[in-house]
Amino acid sequence: MATEHEAAEMAQEAGHAAAEAAGHAAESAGMPQLDFSTFGNQIFWLLVTLVVIYWVLSRIALPRIAAVLADRQGTIAGDLAAAEELKLKAQDAEAAYEKALADARSEAQKIAAETRAEIQKDLDAATAKADAEIAARAAESEARITEIRAGAVEAAKTVAKDTAAEIIAAMGGKADAKALTAAVSARLKG
Amino acid sequence: MSEATGEGLVFHPMDQFIVKPLFGEGPIHWYTPTNAALWMGITVMAIILLLVIGTRGRAVIPTRIQSIAELAYGFIHKMVEDVAGKDGLKFFPYIFTLFLFIVFSNFLGLLPKAFTPTSHIAVTAVLAMLVFLTVTIVGFVKNGAGFLSLFWVSSAPLALRPILALIEVISYFVRPVSHSIRLAGNMMAGHAVIKVFAAFAPLILMSGIGIAVTPLSIVAITAMYGLEVLVAFIQAYVFTILTCVYLKDALHPHH
Repeated sequence: MATEHEAAEMAQEAGHAAAEAAGHAAESAGMPQLDFSTFGNQIFWLLVTLVVIYWVLSRIALPRIAAVLADRQGTIAGDLAAAEELKLKAQDAEAAYEKALADARSEAQKIAAETRAEIQKDLDAATAKADAEIAARAAESEARITEIRAGAVEAAKTVAKDTAAEIIAAMGGKADAKALTAAVSARLKG
Repeated sequence: MSEATGEGLVFHPMDQFIVKPLFGEGPIHWYTPTNAALWMGITVMAIILLLVIGTRGRAVIPTRIQSIAELAYGFIHKMVEDVAGKDGLKFFPYIFTLFLFIVFSNFLGLLPKAFTPTSHIAVTAVLAMLVFLTVTIVGFVKNGAGFLSLFWVSSAPLALRPILALIEVISYFVRPVSHSIRLAGNMMAGHAVIKVFAAFAPLILMSGIGIAVTPLSIVAITAMYGLEVLVAFIQAYVFTILTCVYLKDALHPHH
């Protein structure tokens, strides 16, 4: 019990002390901030500090950082421009590729058409030649047939004449050559 | 300062702000190397480390430190351009100097045992007065007497304009006051509160109630510290963006 009481008293005392300290601080030279004898010193060192900081910043740090930032900006802008350029180049290349492909296709079609036309021409020529040959052969054959036919008639005439002359001779007559020919011709015609 | 209570709890929340000579005792002259001078020097070193040593590679693909430097550069550059306009960019090195000094002082001041130059009204008042003077001079040089149109609200009814002008003039002269006290007050208050909580932490060594108080105060210190990290950046940001706003008024006083 006694210790508890003591503790409570102590806390109270502590509280008092805090209040007292605050009171003391407020009065007299409690606030070192209001000790005017140190003002000159602080102001002097502050001005020195500010001048040094200002000098270091304006001479060294700020130009350097500004240069680095500008540099980075330039690098980024350059990279973006390069990327844009490369993209355009890629597009150009693709277009060129497409064009080459289209060209090749049309060329191939042209060649195919040409070849087809050539073949057609050759074919037509060959057909015409063959036709002409066939016609020539046919004409030749016809001529020969006509010739053979004529030959055959002549031979028949001769055979018939000879036979008729032989028969007449065998029968004891005398064959008149002219009459015989006329008779055979008439018979063959008939 | 108040001495400890009889049993040993010690409260010195403001001792961390005392400016003292680095070497020996004695009066503080204007040239004396003090802890304030030391921590301003450390601030300069940190800034050089980040913005000069960190960017020495000049890499197109930045290293981590270089990206932080570039991030800070871009952050303030964009802020000046957006708020003050293109012609405000002439003042970019100046505004960047203020921002870097404040943000580094604030963050370095969060290190244990550190001294925070920006928690002193002497420092922030000089910063604010520099801004105030710059803005006023630039305003008159750029616009001549036309700068006074900043106080003459031409969109208001004629009868109201003199009253508004009075208010505008007062608010214009209050700017450096609020500008400086906002920063110093924020830094001082946060650090002092952390210190007060820290003073409660050793209570567990002295009495039973410390079992409850000590963990509570440690949690409170942690939470306050987190908040202070946020405040350290936000106050630097606020100071810088207000500088840009004031600069915009000087460059383009016609609303």
